[in-house]
Amino acid sequence: MTIATAFVYLLAAVLFIVGLKFLSSPRGARRGNQLAAVGMVLAVGWTVVLLRDAFTPAGIAICTVGVAIGSIAGTIGARRVHMTAMPQMVALFNGVGGGAAALVAVSELLKLAGARPEFQTGFPSVFAIVIGGISFAGSALAFAKLQELMTGTPITYPGQQVVNGLLALAILTLAVAVLAVTGSAVVLAVLLGIALVLGVAFVLPIGGADMPVVISLLNACTGLAVAASGFVLDNFALIVAGTLVGASGSLLTKLMSDAMGRSITNILFGAFGQVQTGLGSGAAADGKSVRAGSPDDIGTMLAYSRSVIIGPG
Amino acid sequence: MTEHLVVLITYFVLAVFVGFEVISKVPTILHTPLMSGSNAIHGIILVGALLIAAHAQTPLEIVLGFVAVVLATTNVVGGFVVTDRMLEMFKGRRQ
Repeated sequence: MTIATAFVYLLAAVLFIVGLKFLSSPRGARRGNQLAAVGMVLAVGWTVVLLRDAFTPAGIAICTVGVAIGSIAGTIGARRVHMTAMPQMVALFNGVGGGAAALVAVSELLKLAGARPEFQTGFPSVFAIVIGGISFAGSALAFAKLQELMTGTPITYPGQQVVNGLLALAILTLAVAVLAVTGSAVVLAVLLGIALVLGVAFVLPIGGADMPVVISLLNACTGLAVAASGFVLDNFALIVAGTLVGASGSLLTKLMSDAMGRSITNILFGAFGQVQTGLGSGAAADGKSVRAGSPDDIGTMLAYSRSVIIGPG
Repeated sequence: MTEHLVVLITYFVLAVFVGFEVISKVPTILHTPLMSGSNAIHGIILVGALLIAAHAQTPLEIVLGFVAVVLATTNVVGGFVVTDRMLEMFKGRRQ
């Protein structure tokens, strides 16, 4: 990494951190998003400059067309979506990021032409493939549930835990096979395939109302998958930005489930076996959840409200 | 384990702490925009997608690189635009 590259990536990382900081206060939220976007333009733009002499003819074509298609799809999706449909749109954008992370890792392993990868590239690659794949498929299912392409109620069946356990075991076995024996295309394809199935299986038993928390969790997962890709590619920007999202996303997931008066385990695994009401701190006697709020929350909410109803008693 | 790997792990560990610290206190109403904003930030995978797509030569590499670039760009562009729209909505309600 040249000095200039290091500084540009550092500047981008600082903009991401400051952007996240601003995003967590009502006053600066919009500015925060813009700062992060500037950081992204810097990092991506500089990467293109770096690559200017390295592009193969096909490389130029797929990068140009790919960025064009992605920009159009992203803009149209984000502009057209109704305000009420925002969460599923976020799920979709999150899923594609996870998918990209998985594909980047697959591509890197394929360069070895079936040889056994070194542990220090093999491990993060497998991690990115599995977590990225789960995030992709899980987000797609979250989108389908919220968009009402399918029922939003939890889908459970007998032996569900066993099936999910077996899927996880299969992933573990294949991961070990990649690290110990070979990273051939077939093994990687099967690994990615099972990760996709697990992503779907993981989100199936979760109800539509809990979906925002799940999307936040998958968002954190994608962050970690991106960070893992950063280890594979030896890229500072990917490691720092991905990890930032992984860590802040995990904390945000907890904050969101706390705000719903539920625990994360209750949301993720609550539908398995009998539904465990009363596990969450705010679950009321009739099974409905109570939303608790701090004075700060209420202050912010009032500041943005047009009309307020107060029900005493 | 090389010295360089330890440097990468150092970035990782420090970034974990920064990530936790930076959003310690968030009002409930900003949960979704913050999720959406951080979602856009992990679109940085576009840098990785470009790095692999730039060198693509075999048909398989070309297909993988192309799909990765499309997905990553959608993540970045869609992520930032949708977050901006959410926050625009907040702004409109302030006097």
